[in-house]
Amino acid sequence: MEVLLEAVYEWFRWLNQETGINLTIVHDSYDRGRMIKGFINTIWLSVICLFFSVIIGIVGAWLQRSPLKWTRRIVQGYIQLFRNTPPLVQMYFFFFALGSMMPRFENEWGIMEPMLTNWHWAIISLSFFAGAFNVEIFRSGLEAVPKSTVEAAESLGLNRLQIYLFVTLPLAFRICLPALNNNLVNLVKTTTLAYAIAVPEMLYAANQIWSDSFNVPEMMTFLLLAYVGLVGMLVWVMNRWERAMRLPGFGT
Amino acid sequence: MRTGDRLRGNTDLPVLLPAAEQLRANAARERSIGAPILRLRAWHGLLILAIILLWSGVVLAQDITVERESVLDALLRWSPVLLTGFAFNILISFFAMGLGTVTGTILGIMQVSLLPPIRGTSWFITQFFRNAPWLVLLFYVMFLMPFEFEVFGVIIPFPDWIKGVIGLALPVMANISEIVRGAILSIPTGQWEAARSLAFSRRQILAQIILPQCIKRMLPSWMNLYAILTMATVLTSVVGVAEVMTLTQRALSAENRPEFLVPFYGSVMLLFFIYCYPIARFTQKLELRYAVKD
Repeated sequence: MEVLLEAVYEWFRWLNQETGINLTIVHDSYDRGRMIKGFINTIWLSVICLFFSVIIGIVGAWLQRSPLKWTRRIVQGYIQLFRNTPPLVQMYFFFFALGSMMPRFENEWGIMEPMLTNWHWAIISLSFFAGAFNVEIFRSGLEAVPKSTVEAAESLGLNRLQIYLFVTLPLAFRICLPALNNNLVNLVKTTTLAYAIAVPEMLYAANQIWSDSFNVPEMMTFLLLAYVGLVGMLVWVMNRWERAMRLPGFGT
Repeated sequence: MRTGDRLRGNTDLPVLLPAAEQLRANAARERSIGAPILRLRAWHGLLILAIILLWSGVVLAQDITVERESVLDALLRWSPVLLTGFAFNILISFFAMGLGTVTGTILGIMQVSLLPPIRGTSWFITQFFRNAPWLVLLFYVMFLMPFEFEVFGVIIPFPDWIKGVIGLALPVMANISEIVRGAILSIPTGQWEAARSLAFSRRQILAQIILPQCIKRMLPSWMNLYAILTMATVLTSVVGVAEVMTLTQRALSAENRPEFLVPFYGSVMLLFFIYCYPIARFTQKLELRYAVKD
C-alpha cells in the first residue's frame, strides 16, 4: 500500500516536471494535509450548521404556532430578516459588528482572545441563515398534517408538546423532506462564504496552497470539481432517501 | 390528475391537506430554480430600519459624553459613496442577468434538442454550473481570465467588474437553462401535435408557439432568480470589486471607530432589503395572476 501511494506521488511529481501541471495537493505531504483538513472542515461546518439549522427550524415552527401574537411576530421577523438579506452581509455583520462587542478573555499565553472565534460566528450565521428557511419549510409541512390526526391525538390525552413531537412533526418531516434537502444543498454551497472570515474550509485551504505554490489554475479546477462532486453526490443520496421516505398515497 | 384531488373528493378519511401539494410544488420549483423563493411583507423593511435605529441609538447613548461626530451624521456623510457602490452592484446584477438569460435560454433550448449529444452536453453543463458554489465560480473566472485581450494589435482592457459579471452569469445561465427546460416541458404535448398537424416545422413551433407561452410561466422564477443574483453581487467584494461592501469596509477603516460597525453593516443590509422587496412583492403578484390551473 505504502509503495503504491509512493508510486502515485512519484507519478504526479513526474507530471509536474514534464507538463508543468503542479498538483501539490497530491505529491506534497504538507499541502495534502492542508487540503484534507479543508475538506474535513467543509463537511464538519456543513454538518454542524445542518444540525443547528434543523433545531432552529423545529423550535421556530413550534413557536410560530404559539397562541401568543408577539411570539409569532418575532419569529416571522427573524425569518424575513434572514431570508431577504445577502448571507455574506449577515456573516460580516455577525463577525465584524457583533463580534467587536463581545467580551475578550486572556488565554493561557496571556493574549487577549475574543469569546467567540471566527468558527463560532460562521456556525452561528450560517445556522441562522439556513434556519430561517427551515422554519418556513417545517411550518408548511405542519400545515399539511390533517386536523383530524391532531384531534385524534388530543382525544388520547396528549398535550400540545407531545402532539407536536410525536404526531405532527414526524409526519411533517416526511412531507417536507424534499424542500429540506434543497435547503441542505444550498447550505453546503453557502459554507464557501466562511472563507471571507478566514475559516479554514476547502476554499480557504486552496487559496493558501496556491499562494504558496503558484498553481492557481490546477487548484481552481480541482476545487470546482471537488465541490461539484460533493454536491452532486449529496443530491443523489438525498434523492434516494426521499424516495425511501415518501409518504404512501401522497404525490405522484 | 393528482392522487390528492381524487382522495379529497370522495373520502372522509384523514388525507394530507392541500398545503402538502403546494409544498411539494414549491420544492419542485425551488429545485428547478436552484435557490429558495423569497417572501416579503412591507413591515419587514420597517423592522430592519427599527433595529438599525435602535442600535445607532444605543451606540449614540454610549458616545454622548465625548464630543465626536454622531453615527447618523457619519452615515449621512458617507451615504453618497455607499449609494454609488450600491448602484454599481445593481449595474453588475443587470449585466450578469442579461448575459445569463441569453446564454441560459440557448442552453435550455438545447436541453430539449432531438439530438442526444447536444441534449447530453447541455444537460451536463447545466448540472455542473448549478452544483458549483457561486463563490468558487467567481474565483475561477477572476483568477483564470486575463486582465486584457489583444485583438489585431489593439489591447482591450478587461477590468475586474466585467470578470465579476461573467463569474456571476455562469450560475445564472445554468439556473435559467433549467427554468427554460421546465417551462418548455410544462406546455401540453397537444400543442406540439396541433402545430405539427398545421405543418409547422420544429423550429417554427418552438419560436412561434411554445416559447411565447413559456415567457409567462418563466417570469416569476426569473424574477426570483434576479433577486438572488442581486444578493449574490456582494460576493464580488471578496475578489476585490469596488462595490458597496468593499466601500463600506474602506469607509469603516478610514473612520476607525468600532461603534460604527453595526450601523454601517446594518445599512448595507437595509439597502439590499429596500431593493429586493418590491421585486419579491411583484413576483408574488405575478405568481398569483399566472397560477397555472391544472
